[in-house]
Amino acid sequence: MAKYLLLKHYRGGPPAACDVPMDRWTPEEISAHVKYMQDFAARLEGTGEFVDAQALAPEGTFVRYDGEGRPPVTDGPFAETKDLIAGWMVIDVDSYERALELAGELSAAPGAGGEPIHEWLELRPFLTAPPTITE
Amino acid sequence: MDEALLRSLTPGVIAILVRRGADFAAAEDAVQDALVEAVRVGAADPSPSPSDGRTPVRDLKAWLVTVAWRRFLDAERADAARRRREAAVDEEPAPGPVPGADDTLRLYFLCAHPSLTPSSAVALTLRAVGGLTTRQIAEACLVPEATMAQRISRAKRTVSGVRFDQPGDVATVLRVLYLVFNEGYSGDVDLVAEAIRLTRQLAAAIDHPEVAGLLALMLLHHARRAARTAPDGSLVPLAEQDRAAWDTAAVAEGIGILQAALARDRLGEFQAQAAIAALHADARTAEETDWVQVVEWYDELLRLTDSPVVRLNRAVAVGEADGARAGLAALAGLDPSLPRYAAVAAYLHERDGDLDAAARLYVEAARKAPDLAERDHLTRQAARLNARR
Repeated sequence: MAKYLLLKHYRGGPPAACDVPMDRWTPEEISAHVKYMQDFAARLEGTGEFVDAQALAPEGTFVRYDGEGRPPVTDGPFAETKDLIAGWMVIDVDSYERALELAGELSAAPGAGGEPIHEWLELRPFLTAPPTITE
Repeated sequence: MDEALLRSLTPGVIAILVRRGADFAAAEDAVQDALVEAVRVGAADPSPSPSDGRTPVRDLKAWLVTVAWRRFLDAERADAARRRREAAVDEEPAPGPVPGADDTLRLYFLCAHPSLTPSSAVALTLRAVGGLTTRQIAEACLVPEATMAQRISRAKRTVSGVRFDQPGDVATVLRVLYLVFNEGYSGDVDLVAEAIRLTRQLAAAIDHPEVAGLLALMLLHHARRAARTAPDGSLVPLAEQDRAAWDTAAVAEGIGILQAALARDRLGEFQAQAAIAALHADARTAEETDWVQVVEWYDELLRLTDSPVVRLNRAVAVGEADGARAGLAALAGLDPSLPRYAAVAAYLHERDGDLDAAARLYVEAARKAPDLAERDHLTRQAARLNARR
């Protein structure tokens, strides 16, 4: 009954436990990692807790309004930006504890040597619509 | 097309199939199919046009039972794993008279069974008692249809071993209906209205003061709905609401139901909450609110629940009844990590004249607000106070 965002960062989180970059993994290890993610999403669909999963391209463009009749100003990409979001998964669960449990499982996706990568995931609750009974 | 009538028949029809020997999960599927069929052929239309050559359906419930039973038999025959049942279901029993209220009640108990998680109980109740489609429930809960379909089928598996005629606990049903009510409005289904409909139906099936209390609570809150948000979606606090926009018929109905329930002298949590809502609904202006009585009802509620959230709300009422100092005193000792603690503290500090502390607390409250409208409202309060300096 509560939605949470599991946010994957390329960087910007606490120091990573696994520092072997993905391009140094074997192709099989990459496939195993991807499969773990897919299986995880499929399992959550099976438990009725899956909402959405998306991956983002690492490079983006900053855009802003620049006044009436003028095209928007763009800037970037900034290769050195501190925080970089890789993608997310959205879950709909009964409790914060369940959200923690699932984030922990997702973080155990295998990496180099087939070992869990212990990736840091950021868990953020959604702001909801106001409950009907508030007063 | 009278969809509300159609949906109100759902639990009764499922119950009839279960009594004839269908298991709950299969009966529920068959009835969903029958509902879709009823919509397709316009079975619930008040008067079908003579030109299409159909005869009007005289007894919609019997029609649904017949169609659902056929669907059930078809599904059973197709399911090789269930062959053992075939002999029993091959002959079609006559649609004998079946008492409606008890069966409806049992379905409420089953769908709110304690073995279900809150979200599965809500989903199953909306489908099997409410007659909503999986897509409608998914839209209302803002999850994909496939996710909701799985949530419902898991819920059905969870209760598959529960005996249908086993008595249940009304309190668990009320908690589920309360959750549906609070889930609010999104998609094309109004869950607030649906919760009221389901609670009304439950109140007709069982004579219980807390069921009446919850129905009264829902009606009294629903009555204020139009006044609670401005056209731009921003929250309007109770004291600033346009009371002329309150639904007086719903207020009157809620108060009537509550008074009858309170007269039975079996007070419960929902009756006490409804009594507080009734005191607000009864005041023609915010200034006329009988805050002393509101505090007394919070004391009753505390006696019943001993909940820190109730203590927090009580502090607001004490602040109104006996002044901000008294309200702040009532706040002392409560855990500041409680939801909305900072918002209450900000409000009481402002009333007490400490605008700096209030502004700081409104900022903190906005940061912790669980919903967007509330966050914006609290940010505006902080901005209002900061602008004075």
